[in-house]
Amino acid sequence: MSVTVARIEPRVEPSIAGVGDYIGLMKPRVMSLVVFTALVGLLIAPGHVHPVIGLTALICIAVGAGAAGALNMWYDADIDARMARTAARPIPAGRVARGEALAFGLTLAGFSVAVLGLLVNVLAAVLLAATIAFYVVIYTMWLKRTTPQNIVIGGAAGALPPMIGWAAATGTLSIEPVLLFLIIFFWTPPHFWALALYRTDDYARAGVPMLPVVAGDKETRRQILLYTLLLAPLGIAPWFMGYAGASYGLTASAAGAIMIALALRVRAETRGHVASKQMFAFSILYLFLLFAMLLVDWMSKSSFGDALGRFAA
Amino acid sequence: MSIAMSEEKPPVGIKLTEQQLRARRARSIAIAVSLGVLVVLFYIVTLVKGPGVLERP
Repeated sequence: MSVTVARIEPRVEPSIAGVGDYIGLMKPRVMSLVVFTALVGLLIAPGHVHPVIGLTALICIAVGAGAAGALNMWYDADIDARMARTAARPIPAGRVARGEALAFGLTLAGFSVAVLGLLVNVLAAVLLAATIAFYVVIYTMWLKRTTPQNIVIGGAAGALPPMIGWAAATGTLSIEPVLLFLIIFFWTPPHFWALALYRTDDYARAGVPMLPVVAGDKETRRQILLYTLLLAPLGIAPWFMGYAGASYGLTASAAGAIMIALALRVRAETRGHVASKQMFAFSILYLFLLFAMLLVDWMSKSSFGDALGRFAA
Repeated sequence: MSIAMSEEKPPVGIKLTEQQLRARRARSIAIAVSLGVLVVLFYIVTLVKGPGVLERP
């Protein structure tokens, strides 16, 4: 009997991925918004959280968000390669192999959830695990490619970080973090649909059934207005429910009014995408303003605010 | 039983290019730093929590 031993060629080129490529896999811009909203949830929660524990929670939430981003890029590499906005990402650009992104994402997910559970508390860890799973499995693997409601339902993943921050500080949940969740949840559709309006061709080429691709511009503009009309009062709710002060209430009212005005302009726009671009840009500022004002409100009430006041004096 | 080897020389392994070597070194350093941060984090949290570090709220 004779056996021929064939020469085995290496099938995968050794990686040229640098640290920057792996950071790119973690979607740092999305991560920064996640960390900021989680920070607000953590700080405005009642009671006192030790700064080291708070920082640990934020690091875990940031890494968990990064894991979700990496796993999203692993699964969506084919879509990303077909869209101008995402074609330069590490996987479609050929700098990171899909398997590397998968391993990276799973490792970060495991570590972030385990460390949050071990060093902070189990409820926060469970919420972080649920957020990652929801974003990767429910949104990325299922909804994104099958329904125009993808970002409506998938938006829940992006809305959970303030709840994780609150849970990290208190070990429990209550109506306030749910309100923060609802604000981000109802903010997500007008934000992403405003973007999708002027990226329709991109999404259509990639086969992603975003609302403008499936239902057209007119219906998308109508739904942007509807969601904005729901969002604006929700944005003010922390004030009239007594969780935030007048400075927050006034800012949220003014910003909400601008959002509605922009949504009306988007609705009225028949040619071009000037209004939808303005809506997309302002929606980021809107969310940032609301959460920043919650932070300012917290600082004015807390001992941190007193200390800052004494320092300024 | 006889084993007939192919006539080509056996592979001597993968020769990394300069760019691949640089990238691998950077990744190795990043992994080392991350693990170092994790160790320091556990150490500091243990100091902060004291014996309570073993309690899972």
